[in-house]
Amino acid sequence: MLAHDWRPTASLAALAARDDLNRLIRNFFQRRAVLEVETPLMSRGSGTDPQLAPIVARYGVGPGSVGEPRYLQTSPEFAMKRLLAAGSGPIYQLGKAFRDGESGPRHNPEFTLLEWYRPGFTLEQLMEEVAALVREALALAADPIARVSYAALFQREFGLDPHSAPLVHLQALVHARVDRQLDLGERDACLDVLYSALIEPTLLEPVFIYDYPATQAALAKTAPDAQGRLVARRFELVMGGLELANGYDELSDAAEQARRFEQDALTRARLGLPPLAADTRLVAALTQGLPACAGVALGVDRLLMLKLGTRHIDAVLAFPHARA
Amino acid sequence: MAYFSTSEFRGGLKVMLDGDPCSILENEFVKPGKGQAFNRVRLRNLRSGRIWERTFKSGETLEGADVSEASMEYLYNDGEFYHFMNTDGSFEQISADKNAVAEALDWLKEQDIYTVLMWNGAPLSVTAPNFVELPVVETDPGIRGDTATGGTKPAKLSSGAVVKVPLFVEIGDVLRVDTRTYEYQNRVKK
Repeated sequence: MLAHDWRPTASLAALAARDDLNRLIRNFFQRRAVLEVETPLMSRGSGTDPQLAPIVARYGVGPGSVGEPRYLQTSPEFAMKRLLAAGSGPIYQLGKAFRDGESGPRHNPEFTLLEWYRPGFTLEQLMEEVAALVREALALAADPIARVSYAALFQREFGLDPHSAPLVHLQALVHARVDRQLDLGERDACLDVLYSALIEPTLLEPVFIYDYPATQAALAKTAPDAQGRLVARRFELVMGGLELANGYDELSDAAEQARRFEQDALTRARLGLPPLAADTRLVAALTQGLPACAGVALGVDRLLMLKLGTRHIDAVLAFPHARA
Repeated sequence: MAYFSTSEFRGGLKVMLDGDPCSILENEFVKPGKGQAFNRVRLRNLRSGRIWERTFKSGETLEGADVSEASMEYLYNDGEFYHFMNTDGSFEQISADKNAVAEALDWLKEQDIYTVLMWNGAPLSVTAPNFVELPVVETDPGIRGDTATGGTKPAKLSSGAVVKVPLFVEIGDVLRVDTRTYEYQNRVKK
């Protein structure tokens, strides 16, 4: 039998829609005087987030050489922050990112990420800019996009405070509502599965979620919220049950950054994950000084899925992972 | 048996779960932006036929289930067990209980070929071919020549299945029937 999997999984109309969207994004940032930049896809350092697995390539001196590991970027964050520390001003990048093992209806291990940084912006100003881009891309009405805190979502769905609920309560909720045999030892893992299984799929209208648990800060600043709880100054934009964008009030404190790298390394060791060298150049750049800024990454393939009303990422990719 | 990780779960993969062989129907990878990844999996328990929805941490593994399909000829029923013979030339015979043949029970005909799902050498389920040809053993008298009015009546086939048939069908006619929908297809010229 002839193989048919040489064919693209995206229709020609979807390929044309991607072309349109890329142009729209570039026009959007040109009007706002944000500089388009390109940074290496392949680096010596890697993100150390224990929840992200980098794909490793090897660079050597020629044929037959084993070479040294080079990490395909899981996001352009570190390199872009080095540009910001060097005085680039507002910058954006539209390019590929790679994450090992992430494959499914909403994930492809190689995907298109739009990431941008705004020196001097508050998180609120950045949310406004994300909303403006998404409204333009999806031709939405100019209505403001709703905002709800992470705590309010959990309060509404489960009647508990995700910042303070004891582990045993969260575990009981996972058993009752997700899977009675799913045993999770950590609060964040419980919150993650409760969110993924029971909250995110219900968020169909566009909504910004903000103020995440401080333990889920990644590279965002932490600060007390109105109730005095320490929260991560982060937001996500969710629409059609899809996480579309993830924004931070960016951590700029070099010592705190170094501490989080250490924390990641400990977590990776505890989870039995391979150790990853912290990016010393990023820490050096932060020591030099990162301007106060807000930054966000937006999944372009998912934006295209929403634009075309499709439930599967393969419908917007010329050749998804399985046909690459 | 090999172990399969959640990233290898795909439709049709047979795995062991809670001691029962299961077939994976769907596997969805879910992951909050900065959080832990999970796989939401729908499986069919091949023993009970029931659908399970389960959530696994990404990277967890399940043991593969030694499940295979064989084409087998139905031989006879001894009152308790239904006996089949492998058509692969081995003449190997197996006996299946009423549970395993439940879905094919309405269509069993000696010497016909069935698909038998085997697990560790024992039959899990028996599936009838999509179309079978069986004689009518009971029905109201036929209205000769009525091939146009579109009326129907029930007819019982030799296997015990009752299907709706056109009015002209008579006892002794051999009918071709879709076993998935119980729909009459046509009379077979013998």
